[in-house]
Amino acid sequence: MAASNSGAEGAVEQGASGVFPPFDPTYFTSQLLWLAITFGLFYYLMSKVALPRISAILETRSDRIAQDLDEANQLKDESDAALAAYEQELAEAKAKAHGIAQEARDSAKAELDAKRASVEAELADKIAGAEASIASIKAKAMGEVGSIAEETTAALVSQIISGKVTKADIASAVSAARR
Amino acid sequence: MANDPIHQFQISKILPLEVGGYDISFTNSALFMVATVGLASAFLILTTSGRGLIPTRLQSISEMCYEFVAGLLRDSAGSEGMKFFPLVFSLFVFILVANLFGMFPYFFTVASHIVITAALALLVIGTVVVYGFWKNGLGFLKLFVPSGVPGVLIPLIVLIEVMSFISRPISLSVRLFANLLAGHITLKVFAGFIVTLSGLGIGGVLASILPLAFTVALTALEFLVAFLQAYVFAILTCMYLNDAIHPSH
Repeated sequence: MAASNSGAEGAVEQGASGVFPPFDPTYFTSQLLWLAITFGLFYYLMSKVALPRISAILETRSDRIAQDLDEANQLKDESDAALAAYEQELAEAKAKAHGIAQEARDSAKAELDAKRASVEAELADKIAGAEASIASIKAKAMGEVGSIAEETTAALVSQIISGKVTKADIASAVSAARR
Repeated sequence: MANDPIHQFQISKILPLEVGGYDISFTNSALFMVATVGLASAFLILTTSGRGLIPTRLQSISEMCYEFVAGLLRDSAGSEGMKFFPLVFSLFVFILVANLFGMFPYFFTVASHIVITAALALLVIGTVVVYGFWKNGLGFLKLFVPSGVPGVLIPLIVLIEVMSFISRPISLSVRLFANLLAGHITLKVFAGFIVTLSGLGIGGVLASILPLAFTVALTALEFLVAFLQAYVFAILTCMYLNDAIHPSH
């Protein structure tokens, strides 16, 4: 034990003075042992703690992103459906409004037509009445024209021939002349 | 000997320990391994302790590390390779943080010692071999016989494939070790020039601007190397694991 110890010490001194340190076997055992301890511990910590944890974080995140995307798609579908429903309702309302307007227009037109027709009929009645009264007045006037002409003729004839001409003769003569 | 570029790789005992004739002292190398593991674990565990649905800045750094390594492994070894995710992630973060610790002046660079990188490389290749035989049985040996090779060429190809497989742990460990070693030596040499030149008077001080600029540029490069070597180690691990999972290429 003591001999090997002193031998190691000798190698240390030799290593410190002569051998290129990276190839100096004095500390190979120590380096390998400490590498095994430290790297083994590191491997253990990585494989048992750090890597599963990071993997879980990344998985949670990608799950969450997928979930959010799904939700967004669902919301988009919902909003699309709402938009379609709104557009349909709008079209229906437009059609309804159009119908109401048409109906109002039609009823107004019908009312107007009826009023116009009644007014026209009234006017036609009035025109017919007026025409009838004109015709009666005309006929009366014409009748009066005949008697005036007979009287005038009788007066003229009596003045010219100073004789008596029968009323019947004059009337026939006047009506012949007026023909 | 402050100017000795090799001095920074010297291991010194902090707490001498010896068990059964083996020197297992707690050294500066061990200290920085503990620091690496402590810092990396504390960061990754504490920043994610909130389990925030919306991550804080620090939590998103941990998440980015996770997704970076997970993407690396999934791209090269498929979803089946994900059972090795803790191993690849631990290797990547351990090497990265150890390398970044090494960028501090007076700090020890753990992976600048071949015994560390060789141990990590053997861990990877050991995992590949054990898992390869466990999962595929002798079918794992198909790794050395690419399909569609003419019968005459098979012995030659098998020889080349076996050689390439054996050289994997060597290249994996030497690449990491040599990059860090060479980078740190170069950095130290250029920084040493500044000190040496400045000692020569006013002309030397002016001339030392050049090595200073080099030192600044090399520091940036070394930060890149610190990350890149961790990345290369991780991606090669992924590719070797892919061989164990799907041996027929």
